[in-house]
Amino acid sequence: MPTEHTIKRFEGELNDLKEKILEMGGLVEKAIKRSINSLLKHDTDRAHKVIERESNINDLELEIDEMTRTILALRQPAASDLRFVITSIKLVTDLERMGDLAEGIAEKMLETRDHPLIQINSLQSLSDLVLVQLKLSLDAFSRYDIEAAAQCIEGDKKVNTMYKAMQREYLTYMIEDPRQITAGLIATNIAKNLERIGDHAVNVAEMVIYMVKGYEVRHIGRKAAAAIVRGESAPK
Amino acid sequence: MSNFMNTGKNPRQKQRERADTRFRLYGLTALGLAMAFLVFFFIDIIGQAIPAFHVTEVKVTVHYSDAVKSNYNKAIDHKLRRIVSRGWLRALPAQLKAHPDMIGTSAELWVPTDSRVDQYIKGHDGNGLKPKYQHIVDAMQKDGRVRQVFNTGFFTSGDSKLPEQAGILAAAVGSVFTLLLTMLVAVPIGVMTAIYLEEFAEDSKLTRLIEVNINNLAAIPSILYGLLGLAIFINFMGVPRSSALAGGLTLALMTLPIIIIATRAALRAVPESIREAAYGLGASSLQTVWHHVLPLAMPGILTGSIIGLAQAMGETAPLIIIGMMAYIPEPPTSILDAATVLPAQVYTWSTESLHGYTERTAAGILVLLTVLLSLNAIAVTLRNRMQQHW
Amino acid sequence: MSTEKNNQLENKITVRDLKLWYGDFQALNGLDLDILEGKVTAFIGPSGCGKSTFLRTLNRMNDRIPSCRVEGEILLDGTDIYAPEVDVVQLRTHVGMVFQKPNPFPKSIYENIAYAPRIHSLVNDGPEMDELVETSLRKASIWNEVKDKLQQPGTALSGGQQQRLCIARTIAVQPDVILMDEPCSALDPIATAKIEELMDELKQEYTIVIVTHNMQQAARVSDYTAYFYLGDLIEFADTHTIFTAPTHQKTEDYITGRFG
Ligand SMILES: Nc1ncnc2c1ncn2[C@@H]1O[C@H](COP(=O)(O)OP(=O)(O)OP(=O)(O)O)[C@@H](O)[C@H]1O
Ligand SMILES: [Mg+2]
Repeated sequence: MPTEHTIKRFEGELNDLKEKILEMGGLVEKAIKRSINSLLKHDTDRAHKVIERESNINDLELEIDEMTRTILALRQPAASDLRFVITSIKLVTDLERMGDLAEGIAEKMLETRDHPLIQINSLQSLSDLVLVQLKLSLDAFSRYDIEAAAQCIEGDKKVNTMYKAMQREYLTYMIEDPRQITAGLIATNIAKNLERIGDHAVNVAEMVIYMVKGYEVRHIGRKAAAAIVRGESAPK
Repeated sequence: MSNFMNTGKNPRQKQRERADTRFRLYGLTALGLAMAFLVFFFIDIIGQAIPAFHVTEVKVTVHYSDAVKSNYNKAIDHKLRRIVSRGWLRALPAQLKAHPDMIGTSAELWVPTDSRVDQYIKGHDGNGLKPKYQHIVDAMQKDGRVRQVFNTGFFTSGDSKLPEQAGILAAAVGSVFTLLLTMLVAVPIGVMTAIYLEEFAEDSKLTRLIEVNINNLAAIPSILYGLLGLAIFINFMGVPRSSALAGGLTLALMTLPIIIIATRAALRAVPESIREAAYGLGASSLQTVWHHVLPLAMPGILTGSIIGLAQAMGETAPLIIIGMMAYIPEPPTSILDAATVLPAQVYTWSTESLHGYTERTAAGILVLLTVLLSLNAIAVTLRNRMQQHW
Repeated sequence: MSTEKNNQLENKITVRDLKLWYGDFQALNGLDLDILEGKVTAFIGPSGCGKSTFLRTLNRMNDRIPSCRVEGEILLDGTDIYAPEVDVVQLRTHVGMVFQKPNPFPKSIYENIAYAPRIHSLVNDGPEMDELVETSLRKASIWNEVKDKLQQPGTALSGGQQQRLCIARTIAVQPDVILMDEPCSALDPIATAKIEELMDELKQEYTIVIVTHNMQQAARVSDYTAYFYLGDLIEFADTHTIFTAPTHQKTEDYITGRFG
């Protein structure tokens, strides 16, 4: 943010909002890491913890919603402030969905007791990639960094490619050995959750670009979006 | 916490309150003093003036003999001749000539007395009435042959060398003529000048110079206007000396700056937003001023003009210079006739030594004051009546 | 909003390189601006930036200030209003003005409306005038409130009513453009809302230019917004853009309250 607001309290409210969102992002990141680790380390405690802590993320969502409502009603933000508040409103839903998806992974992990997973390594790679994406998008938000946002949008391609490859891989296993079908389905499901988390990270990145620049890069394709952000083509 | 909640007074507060009280006392003293002067003045003037509104009459037998035609003294018993007014006696021969049928008759009449008798009756005995006549008057009073009546002559006759016959009519008519002229000349010129300066003139060095000069003119001693009038109107333009025309024009010169200043103030008090509204609707400058500004400024202009005229009415100094401090027994019939004005008449009387004139001086002042206060009252009423609220 | 779209709309007023001086002080530094027909254009900017000054050049109210000098072009329907042959009185019947403080004449409501049509001989006194007074008051949405007291003084109305009376008075001359200099700054929110609603209706028939310090108001009522700063036109764009994503940092700082 460039200069200071004349009204200090407004400035404070905007800063609080940003901090709360980053806090929520941190919780979501932690939940994802934990759920994946529970899987990798066969640690049901961690999985339970993820499920327990999901409600913290929900609480934060409500709290942030209240903050944005207050700012809209009392401060009537305009221009960059308006874009920031709108972005915040959208970010929380994305973050909250990511939290849900992490919880979903943890729940699936608990099912794996009876059906030990195969090819866990590829899940780990995918989750690493997705966590990088999430970090990029949150960094972009916290630092008004559209370059990071653009990287995030571009990085989604890798996530999708990897996810597709894993799908095929699991399918092959399941065809080869029908006893693995349940485990294979669980693994596919987890991979899907991770891929979805990646999609939400992209949403966040796109909103950050709107927040910083004031133009939309949604629904125009990754390449076009990146080109606009880097100034190689004009926003429509 | 809070100092101001202290119940005990601190020294600073006490000091402040004492200073307040002291200041209020000074103010009251000044006000009381001013009021005392005013009250003293009014009591004194009214006390002196009231007797002038009454004259003494005596009941005497008047013989309209033929001899009266040539010697009016014959109409009255010898010992009463100094009792009745000489002015009244002098009018007898003319009266007889007009009504020859009255010759040879006689009548019991209430007749105005000599000023000295009048003064004696009113209790100012030191006025030269001989003891012999004092006894006669005392005797007549015992017989009920002396009475006091309202002095209509004071309002219906001009100046006279006999105090009992001196009145203010001539001066009043002179004042009316002079003031009408002043009004007709000063008000239109003053108002137009002010409108031009305020609404149309550009703000240049020249207009500012004119402005300063007008303000200074209002502060010039009025006697200088007399010299100006003498030079311009009488010596240069040939207006008759002592005439109401010369007086009116001179007083117009004097009133002009007052009217200009008052009018400009009134115009300036009209809010700019009204002008903007009119201009914004496509009104021309003339329409804006004529339709909107002037009507709103009118109360102020009228008040200013009336006060200016009232001041002119009370003015004597410039009129002395142009010869209006004259003995004028007959009311002027035109603006070119020699005339005098009320304050000048008052001044003339005040220089006479006879007590009859002293009385009339006070009465003249009272009349003048009444007129001036009425003018001011009219000004105030007009202002209140016409004032617009926006 | 795209530029192609602008070209379809008519330029009501075209301003080219407008400079204005008060004596030696330059208050406007070369403005270029198009005011579109049938739209509401808002001028915003910090105090003293020249909004009122600019607004007043549009109907030459600045002519009244002797020290004021204007250079550049202002075209109203293609005619330069500063050309020597232009009749200012005529110009002001085409470009009406509503002021910050409601300023009805201290006359009856009827006379307030009838005055300008009468001096311009638009209609005759009598039934024609009655009708014009009524339609003007109706258009200004104040007819129902005053129809029973047309002979009462206009100054006896409430502030909001007075301002609508002033708008009606301006409408009565049947102008093309209505200039408003902070028309609601002396009014309460309800009266303000009524005037804003009125502006929305009036723009069907008139081109409106409004100066306002209330940014929410500019956002609410205008189609286009111009941001002025120290005599310069910093940014001029459709209101949506100005209030969601202005191009210039100065505009941004001003409308987000980071100014000064
Ligand atoms: N009559 C005048 N003579 C000299 N300078 C003037 C005059 N009127 C305005 N100015 C100057 O021109 C500049 C612009 O004034 P203007 O009234 O147009 O500002 P504004 O944007 O309308 O401000 P506000 O929002 O306070 O009404 C200011 O610096 C002001 O001091
Ligand atoms: Mg202004």
